[in-house]
Amino acid sequence: MMAEDKRVDEPTGTEFVGHEWDGIEELDTPLPRWWSIIFWATVVWGLAYTVFYPAWPLINSATEGVFGWSSRAALAEDLAEVEAERAPLREAIANIDINELPQNEQLMQTAINGGRSAYVVHCVQCHGSGAAGSEGYPNLNDDDWLWDGTMEGIEYTLIHGIRNPDHLETRISQMPAFGADGILTDRQISDVVSYVRTLSGAEEASAASARGSELYTANCAVCHGPNGGGDQSQGAPNLRDAIWLYGEDRASITDTVANSRYGVMPRWGHRLDPVTIRMLTAYVWNLGGGETPAPEPEGEELAEAESDEPG
Amino acid sequence: MESLTLKVGSLLVAAFLAFVAAAFAVDTGFAIHMWIVVAAALIATFVIANKTDFAALARFGAVRPDQSRYDDDPVRWGVIATIFWGMAGFLAGLYIALQLTFPALNLNFEYTTFGRLRPLHTSAVIFAFGGNALIATSFYIVQRTCRARLAFPGLARFVFWGYQLFIVLAATGYLLGITQSKEYAEPEWYVDLWLTIVWVAYAAVFIGTIAKRKEPHIYVANWFFLAFIITIAMLHIVNNLAVPVSIFGSKSYPAFAGVQDALTQWWYGHNAVGFFLTAGFLAMMYYFVPKQAERPVYSYRLSIIHFWSLIFLYIWAGPHHLHYTALPDWAQTLGMVFSVMLWMPSWGGMINGLMTLNGAWDKIRTDPIIRMMVMALAFYGMSTFEGPMMSIRAVNSLSHYTDWTIGHVHSGALGWNGMITFAAIYFLVPRLWARERLYSLRMVNWHFWLSTVGIVLYAASMWVAGIMQGLMWREYGADGYLVYAFSEVTSAMHPMYLIRAAGGALYLAGAAIMVYNVWQTIAGKTRDEKAMTDTPHDPEKDRPIVASTTVPAE
Repeated sequence: MMAEDKRVDEPTGTEFVGHEWDGIEELDTPLPRWWSIIFWATVVWGLAYTVFYPAWPLINSATEGVFGWSSRAALAEDLAEVEAERAPLREAIANIDINELPQNEQLMQTAINGGRSAYVVHCVQCHGSGAAGSEGYPNLNDDDWLWDGTMEGIEYTLIHGIRNPDHLETRISQMPAFGADGILTDRQISDVVSYVRTLSGAEEASAASARGSELYTANCAVCHGPNGGGDQSQGAPNLRDAIWLYGEDRASITDTVANSRYGVMPRWGHRLDPVTIRMLTAYVWNLGGGETPAPEPEGEELAEAESDEPG
Repeated sequence: MESLTLKVGSLLVAAFLAFVAAAFAVDTGFAIHMWIVVAAALIATFVIANKTDFAALARFGAVRPDQSRYDDDPVRWGVIATIFWGMAGFLAGLYIALQLTFPALNLNFEYTTFGRLRPLHTSAVIFAFGGNALIATSFYIVQRTCRARLAFPGLARFVFWGYQLFIVLAATGYLLGITQSKEYAEPEWYVDLWLTIVWVAYAAVFIGTIAKRKEPHIYVANWFFLAFIITIAMLHIVNNLAVPVSIFGSKSYPAFAGVQDALTQWWYGHNAVGFFLTAGFLAMMYYFVPKQAERPVYSYRLSIIHFWSLIFLYIWAGPHHLHYTALPDWAQTLGMVFSVMLWMPSWGGMINGLMTLNGAWDKIRTDPIIRMMVMALAFYGMSTFEGPMMSIRAVNSLSHYTDWTIGHVHSGALGWNGMITFAAIYFLVPRLWARERLYSLRMVNWHFWLSTVGIVLYAASMWVAGIMQGLMWREYGADGYLVYAFSEVTSAMHPMYLIRAAGGALYLAGAAIMVYNVWQTIAGKTRDEKAMTDTPHDPEKDRPIVASTTVPAE
């Protein structure tokens, strides 16, 4: 099939090797020079690299390399560097009276930035990446606080959580399930819902709301206040504003009155260090509605009047 | 007669054993799988019994098929299986790409969640589409380059059908939630055992055919097929060493634990890419490119050197999948160094493929099949440069765990494996079914462009997405705190995921055109269409101007 002397492939001017399979032949082209150069360069580089970095396994360990580099040591070094950079401000944040923090502009700014970074890791899952919350998870951008909205109060909430099981210091309260526990009839619940909705202007006053008003005074006022202004000390929501954790429609409120709610926020005191918690506090406080400690007892009345505006 | 009795007998025994296993099964998934095995064995028994010509058997004994023809039945089935599983795999891929874009498509239903559909996609495209393509083309190529019929024809048929059963068991297992959670090695112990049997049979058929070859030398494509078959057997067995909790249950625990298990897994995972998707498909390339171009292979010497350097270096590169993990630094270093050294050996195949077109470059313009092969080699070259680059520790610290990896894998899978397989299918179908030509060459051209644009959209969007993810994850603000939440990075990916899904849809559309084209070709039709290029030539004008009959003075 093939000639004894080497045949030459016309288009390329290269000799054939002389093998043939199913019509496929092979040319005797030498290795491209650039291919060989790069190949040997990578081999030389590779060998050199293994001299400088940990590479060759021995019986019980491996060569450590001339540079003495290790990924763990490099990471520890990087972290220590960042820690050292942050240390002075972190220490200052740890030592300041939490209520004074907002007045210290530099510390506050650092705390807010660090807080945001911790927020997007630990809090977004429930409160959302914009901190706007969703049904059952409070919006942190407004000035409507279920519990204490001062720096100190927010820090306490973060450390101890809300209704965190098996933790004595956690913030806790429980609204009765007026329907499920047979305290009120369905009709009565409907009347209470009508009355509650008049408080925030969601519904016009009616005969039902008038009947509900009495039921409210007897059953609800003790926590939510005679005017529906709520009570932060027990996490009882203000009913006079347009902010509703579970929705302001009749069905949602009926569900709340009949079956109650029991929102839980985990405590973070045992998971995050105290400075990170303070930073989170500053971040949340600064989002839109942090409260300052009231100098006079009338403070609550004022806050109530302010939050009358639907927001 | 004896062989028929043996076949039917062992199938019935297998059906009975599977029935017993189904009866004693400790979990539903295992029971369903055993019922599938019972059904498969009974169907096989029925088909074998039905096909046998008992009258002929009684008169002459077993009828020998025509020994002057190649044994192409398993190749024909393989081509159809390749196309079928390819469509299934591409569709699953598009669906999970849309799930990432619109999570509601998980349908809140355990069987359709991303977690179960993703391995369905990866296994369908790698093992069902790619595996069938490799088995079919290896049976085709080894016969022709050895000038010999397949050794053990019965075993070759067993390999084909046994492999399909493996695919069905693997795929249904994923949907049922049966997995050992190892990338590309998800099937559980009993499916692994079955694949081992099938694979050993495959090796026997392939090596047996080489042993009875009528050619003095073994063609380079067969070296690559051999490397692929032998190494995959070794990888599969070692990585799947496991102890089942019950022999009647699907759950097992791996023989290795912790970082040893991770290293074994990525030694396997990386070489599944190296020996399944690289060596095996290079074997296809080494046959179909010179055949289609009708040109000799560029360099025999290069093929020897790059073959041996490729298979020697590839096997050590796996640890680069475990940079910055519990894996000791020395192993990471070696993984990276071997990956970088792998660059030129990988490119040897690209050079040999592309330069084979020396003297036939014009065919890129006229032959869409050559065009596909060239694009396949271009993507092969690109992803085998990208791979070593991504294995460098510093690059990996940015690229790892991002969509860049997904983009890298797909420029290799869609560009290299997909395109070279489509080209091989277009080469094979008219020859296997003895048709004059393909139904339509222009449809091949459409397929080429849809796939190419699809891959470009896919790869480009994933590069952007991956690098963006890597940068956002590590972004520190001026006072030393992380800037982005993981969820913010995820939502920033949305437009990229849309573009990726669009790329996948184009790729699927191209493959759908191939299905139609192949279907019509097998049906014996040819499309009445204009040729891909004309050769305008006016002999009247194609001549020098001659002023007078005398030769002009100089």
